[in-house]
Amino acid sequence: MSKEAPLDFHKLGKQIRRQITEMVVAAGRGHVGSAFSLVEILLALYKGGVLRVDPKNPRWPDRDRLILSKGHGALALYPILADLGFFPKEELMKYCKRDGILGGHPEHHKIPGVEASTGALGHGLSIGIGMALAARMNGKDHRVFVIAGDGECDEGSIWEGALHAAKHKLDNLTVIVDYNKQQSYSDVAEVCPLEPFADKWKAFGFAVQEADMEHPERLLRLLREPQSKSLPRVIICHTVKGKGISFIERNLSWHHKGKLTEQEVENIFNELEI
Amino acid sequence: MRKRCLDVVYRLAKSNRDVVFIGSDLGVGVLDNFKRELPGQWFMEGVSEQHIIGMAAGLAMSGKTVYFNTIATFISRRCYEQNAVDLGLAKLKVRLLGSGGGCVYAPLGPTHLATEDIALMRAIPNMTIVAPCDAEEMERAMLASENHEGPIYVRIAKGGDSVVSKAELGFEIGRAVDYQEPGEVLFVTTGIMLQRAIDAAAILAKTGISAGIVHCHTVKPFDSKTVVAAARKARAVLSLEEHTVLGGLGSAVAEALSEAPFEKAPRFKRLGLPDVYPDEYGSQNSLLDRYGLSAEKIAAEGQWLLSQRLTGVRGG
Repeated sequence: MSKEAPLDFHKLGKQIRRQITEMVVAAGRGHVGSAFSLVEILLALYKGGVLRVDPKNPRWPDRDRLILSKGHGALALYPILADLGFFPKEELMKYCKRDGILGGHPEHHKIPGVEASTGALGHGLSIGIGMALAARMNGKDHRVFVIAGDGECDEGSIWEGALHAAKHKLDNLTVIVDYNKQQSYSDVAEVCPLEPFADKWKAFGFAVQEADMEHPERLLRLLREPQSKSLPRVIICHTVKGKGISFIERNLSWHHKGKLTEQEVENIFNELEI
Repeated sequence: MRKRCLDVVYRLAKSNRDVVFIGSDLGVGVLDNFKRELPGQWFMEGVSEQHIIGMAAGLAMSGKTVYFNTIATFISRRCYEQNAVDLGLAKLKVRLLGSGGGCVYAPLGPTHLATEDIALMRAIPNMTIVAPCDAEEMERAMLASENHEGPIYVRIAKGGDSVVSKAELGFEIGRAVDYQEPGEVLFVTTGIMLQRAIDAAAILAKTGISAGIVHCHTVKPFDSKTVVAAARKARAVLSLEEHTVLGGLGSAVAEALSEAPFEKAPRFKRLGLPDVYPDEYGSQNSLLDRYGLSAEKIAAEGQWLLSQRLTGVRGG
């Protein structure tokens, strides 16, 4: 995909959601709502010509790093990595199976293309900071992207990391927050309010951008722009938990879902126009 | 001991640009020469220990060997998940240099006492645990750390500890040292308990009881083979540690002895801190004395254990 080519988020988003559904059906479980929220962010990064990666050489030293710090969103990541050729597509149907490499949370040492083992929240930013520092120390120009959840921003370690990203003026680091405003139990505003969220990041020393994910092209445009000098960047993405399927959107019973009924599967596929 | 430890990091960093040091919020002047000469490999990151371990992981995943120093209990207690997930699971070359292992910070109270650090770190797969007894052994451990795969927790003692380790006995991470030929009693030590075992053995010798010593500078991986071989020659085995008796060296020795086939098993006792938060300040020595870890009390325990005639027959 060339850097300037338009990306058909609508079509690709449906494809990914269909694959996610198939994986959840096969495994009998998965963080559906959390993954659906994230699809367009990952599409922009991987399919929009933003990330410099080589699926044939996943440990290429000069690659860009993407850390899915909200590891429970892994269901959205796996089909994209498989499509790019990081691992065979057959693995997708072995999601959470004993002979598979794809777990409910991604593991670095098992999955080509996964940069850190995440799932315990609040770890990815600091790991990304270490990688961004190492890039600078080694005189490399690759970039580091960290995707954090909004619920994850309850973790103190996120804000420890934010302090240090600013201290080191890591302008090769971008934090992307999947701000769907819901966490496992309830609304973020009820469980642990984050507002004024953008102001918090600004106060910590970040260049702050926001993207309304009803129009994911906006995120892609931001990601394709050069970063401000001497500032780490955060892009707060206003997303919808369960995005793409009417009865899953903003429905917290789909944050993590067990076995789907045949009717639910049919309804999902119907909405995906398949 | 910490000074020697950090000096070795500085030396390693001078010869290897991929060696990185991170401190939390250490005392003024620490490693000034390192900071001056190798500013690109030196970080002081503040009171953000969880972040630092994550950052160390990111650096290590990019080919660096990272040495992180702060107070021991802030590593082992506060950052447990980072230790387990970021370092253990990923098997990264990060070295956690824990200052004040055991009762060193006695005057500062239980928030600063690292009395269960070994137990915590032992439960993490891929984690190596080293607790040197003196500055010389610390130097050998730190030099050996450069090429060791996976994370290492290095327990740093108070400093100024009398030098008793012997270069001629060699040093290999994971291999216990046959320090003193086993007698009727065997002391198994880690950290500065070696010094106390030497003194206790001398006290016992005056009463006609011979005592040997196996020193475990590495608690994990645990050298069961050396410990069990020495235990076969003794009638009483005592483990000595500046640590709770739960989950540390004593537990490792107990596990090894209980799983080994013995024709005639020796009597065994763990000496260490009881399962309490120490309730006194004072000094490292006063706390150790309070909990029965003076040379005199250790010798008395050895004598008592030897007097027990209830040696059971196990295994074999």
